[in-house]
Amino acid sequence: MTYSFKVPCCKDRLQSIRDFVNNILSSYNLSDVDAHQLVLAVDEVCANLMIHSHHCNPSENIELKIRVEHGRGITFEIRDEGNGFNFCEYREPDLNEIIGTKRKGGVGLMLVRRIMDKIEYDCCAKKHHNIYRLRKSLNFTPKDNL
Amino acid sequence: MVKVSVDLLDNYCLIQVDGEVDASSSIHLDEAMQKAVDASCPNVLVDCSKLNYISSAGLGVFMSYIQEMEAKEKKLILFNMSEKVYKVFEILGLHQLLSIVDTEQEAKKELVG
Repeated sequence: MTYSFKVPCCKDRLQSIRDFVNNILSSYNLSDVDAHQLVLAVDEVCANLMIHSHHCNPSENIELKIRVEHGRGITFEIRDEGNGFNFCEYREPDLNEIIGTKRKGGVGLMLVRRIMDKIEYDCCAKKHHNIYRLRKSLNFTPKDNL
Repeated sequence: MVKVSVDLLDNYCLIQVDGEVDASSSIHLDEAMQKAVDASCPNVLVDCSKLNYISSAGLGVFMSYIQEMEAKEKKLILFNMSEKVYKVFEILGLHQLLSIVDTEQEAKKELVG
C-alpha cells in the first residue's frame, strides 16, 4: 500500500503530518512504542527540512510518501525541492557537549538514525529535487487479517 | 498543541505538561522551565502524565537546563511518564542524565533523600 501527503513548510503543520502517519499505522498490528517511534522519525526529518532547508517558508512544500510492505516493513519517502541536506554525512554530536553549550537542538537526526534501519539521501533524481528515504523492517500485518 | 502550567509551591515548582511537545510547541515548555529555574523554590518537578509526545525539540529543552539546575543546586525530577515517551528519552540515554521516576510520591521522596 502507498499513501501520500503534501504540506507547506510551517512548523505548526507537523501535527498534521504526525496525524497522517498515526492514522495509517493504526490500521496495522504494531506496538504503541514502535508506532510512536516511527511517527517521531518522520516528524524529526520534516521539522529539520522545514526549519533548516526551507526557513519555515509556507509557500514551499514537502511531500511524504509511505509504502507499507505487508510482513516486511515500511518506507517513508520525504521529498522537497531546494538545497538538500545529506543525512549520510551527518556526524552525531556529543551529548555532553550539547548539554554543556545549552544548545536546544541537535539530537533530532540522532533519534532518526537510532530508530530507523536504513536512511538514504538521493539528490540526483532531478536537479534540486531531494528524496530522503527512511526504512524500517517490521512485521506489518493489517488489523483486518486477524 | 501543548498546555504547560507552572505552580510555585513551597519546596518545589510543579510543571504540568499536557499535549504534544514538538518543534513548534517546545517554546512553551522552555518558558515554563525558565520560570521554574528562576523562581526561588529549590526544586522542579515535571508531571508528564498528560505528555503524549515529545520530539528532539522538547528533549533539547530539558537538556539545556541540566547544567543551570546543577549550578543552582536544584533538583529536576520528571514523573508519571508513559512507556512510549520514556522510550524516547531512553533512545539517547537521557534517562541516565535526567531523574525520571514513576510517581509523584517517588518524586517528592527524591527531594528529601
